[in-house]
Amino acid sequence: MSAGVGVDLEKLWIRFGDFVAVRDANVNINGGDFFSFLGPSGCGKTTILRAVSGFLEPSEGKVLIGGNDMRGIGPNKRPTALIFQNLALFPLMKVWENITFSMEIKGASAAERRKRADELLDMIALPGQGDKLPSELSGGQRQRVAIARALCAEPDVLLLDEPLSALDLKLRQHMRTELREIQQRVGITFIYITHDQGEALTMSDNIAVMRAGVIDQIADGKTIYNDPNTAFAASFVGENNVFRGKVKQVMGNEALIATNRSGDLVARISTANQGKMKEGDDAMMFVRPEAFAIAPDGASGDHFVTARVNHEEFEGNVFNIFTEGEGGKEIKVSIPNHGQSFEDHTGQNITLEYETHNAVVVPAGELAAE
Amino acid sequence: MNNSFLRISIWVYLAIFFLYLLGPLVIMSITAFNSSGFPRMSPWECLTFQWFGELFQDQRILNGIKNSLIIGLGTVVLSVAMGLAGALMLTQIWPKLRATYYTIIIAPILIPGVVLGISTLVFWDRINRMLGLGADSFLSNGIFLTVIGQSTFIASYCMLVLVARLQRYDIALTEAALDLGASHAQAFRKILLPFMRPAIASAAVLAFLASFENYNTTTFTFGEYPTLTIELAQKVRYGITPAISALAFIIVALTVFFALLNEAKLKRQKLVAAARKNATVEELAGKIKLPSFFAGNAAAVLVVVFAIATITVVGTATAYDPGQCIADVREQKQLEAEQRIQQLREQREERRKQREAEEAEQGGAQSTPKPSNNSGFGNVFAPNSLGGDESESDDGSSEADPAPSNNSGFGNVFDPNSLQNDD
Repeated sequence: MSAGVGVDLEKLWIRFGDFVAVRDANVNINGGDFFSFLGPSGCGKTTILRAVSGFLEPSEGKVLIGGNDMRGIGPNKRPTALIFQNLALFPLMKVWENITFSMEIKGASAAERRKRADELLDMIALPGQGDKLPSELSGGQRQRVAIARALCAEPDVLLLDEPLSALDLKLRQHMRTELREIQQRVGITFIYITHDQGEALTMSDNIAVMRAGVIDQIADGKTIYNDPNTAFAASFVGENNVFRGKVKQVMGNEALIATNRSGDLVARISTANQGKMKEGDDAMMFVRPEAFAIAPDGASGDHFVTARVNHEEFEGNVFNIFTEGEGGKEIKVSIPNHGQSFEDHTGQNITLEYETHNAVVVPAGELAAE
Repeated sequence: MNNSFLRISIWVYLAIFFLYLLGPLVIMSITAFNSSGFPRMSPWECLTFQWFGELFQDQRILNGIKNSLIIGLGTVVLSVAMGLAGALMLTQIWPKLRATYYTIIIAPILIPGVVLGISTLVFWDRINRMLGLGADSFLSNGIFLTVIGQSTFIASYCMLVLVARLQRYDIALTEAALDLGASHAQAFRKILLPFMRPAIASAAVLAFLASFENYNTTTFTFGEYPTLTIELAQKVRYGITPAISALAFIIVALTVFFALLNEAKLKRQKLVAAARKNATVEELAGKIKLPSFFAGNAAAVLVVVFAIATITVVGTATAYDPGQCIADVREQKQLEAEQRIQQLREQREERRKQREAEEAEQGGAQSTPKPSNNSGFGNVFAPNSLGGDESESDDGSSEADPAPSNNSGFGNVFDPNSLQNDD
């Protein structure tokens, strides 16, 4: 990848009165990366984006773009372009005028602008639509116009604030692929804000998981999914089953957890917490639904869980089994559909089995709200 | 049955409502074309355009219109600018102060115009003196004072109109422009102003109309530049003529025309937008065939009909000469008057004969009580003099010859004698 311009946040604090929106954020975003901030609404991710784009001055700390401190530099002087959540296309301008607004500001001639608009319209697969008004386009087309408008400004860093949230599911999935393609084509740094873990996982080189102003973990998608740092990261990214308990014994990288409900279970301690957890600590163990398999009846041990089945459902690619879990939450088990016969277990006790390296232990902490 | 009764009542209500709303305007407009010297619809005398001619020869009215236009223009510029600034401020201000700010900025609407007029006059006079300027300085100029005085409250109207539009403005649009490299001035000029344009136009029209019709503030500030409303008010004190109806008719006609024109324009925009939506990409690229101006646009048709009617009327007016008709009416009136004089004379003759007969009956013993003129009221209450008055006024046959006792502020409008002439 071309060496794009990186963005660094150093000890960034942003406060609104007494409210701390961002707490001590330290992030290094490599040039040319597709980087996502992932978190529930209100976690401060949009605030970070506004600080990077220049609409907000940080209370403390620095925003560096390409190594330069951006303090005191307004949004119109920063090498960033922002794609707004509601796109903010200029409603009274035609599509081509929208796209080349940044050129108009610099005093480019209409002919030049027209030419550039046509190139960009070709790139976003909307050839010949330049004379329409934004209101005459569909949601997905507007989305692409907003991207073209931002790219026309030739920014070093493109910031995207949940740009897909207004689209329907099919279009959203399509646009994910398209955004990733565009990013790879233009080779500039993308910073993407989303609360949708699917979007973050599919598109990003790296993801920062945020909770209430704090960044819990920065890593690539696979690491975040398989090796979460915190209970929040584990429960927010993807579906996960939680087992609460206390550390009974630490065995190298594994721990034996005395769970409140399912007996003693063994799991791998997540990488960031290895060496930090000791006996007697409150802990949470997470096992993904797809990491469970149905074990023969009567099997028992430190990686078997027995529970009563509440109900079952067939989702097409998987069978889902919901069993009684802890604190009103159910344990979800997803069995891949290979065309095997599938018997109804409702009301029965079944034994579930998992591989120890697929279960992960983190210190007890706040879980993501459903 | 109940339902249909309800529907009928609604229609009746609507009819009454519109009659109440538009009736006076219609009647006033009609009186502009009646040759009668007092504005009235009946009895219809002659179709005439003379009042329009008279209107356009009245230097004071023309001067008033000129002053009103100048002041209206000045007020539009000042009020819209201040209104826009006030509206922008309202969206920017700290939320806790917003309600207070809003109240303060709306207050001039609630303050009586008279108070605004007086205070404007006093305030600028003070400033004028503080600066040591004379009575002929710019600060005591009637146009300046009137524009300033009217703008104090018209700016609030403008702000209300502009705030309504501004509330629908997405601040992200300005941010997007800034993000794409625009300066704050560029974002304002290229994004916010075009968005506000329809509201600015409405506010400008509103400001102009409010300025044009204003009386109670202007009456204190106009100085040597009386506006149309001031002139009209002064004129009415010396008697109303149909020339004022003619002016009213012109204003009504212009209003209707511009309302129709605006409607036609809006309708066309809608049609064009619909056509664009259905157009293919190639059509949009240049060869789009837009609907013609009249297709499906009733308002546009009406505008043209209206324009043709105006041209016809003006054409007729230049060629039409109601002199014959007016002469006929005058002759007829004279005839009627003479007939009545004749009748009265006969009546009096009869009464005299009766009285003589009575006197003859009573004999010469009782001397006739001569009207003893020793009462404090002269002989006003003497029955004979009443009779005499009546016959006297009937001699004066028409409006062309006002009764000599014309000392009322309304000409002879309220003179009972002129009412009698109508019979």
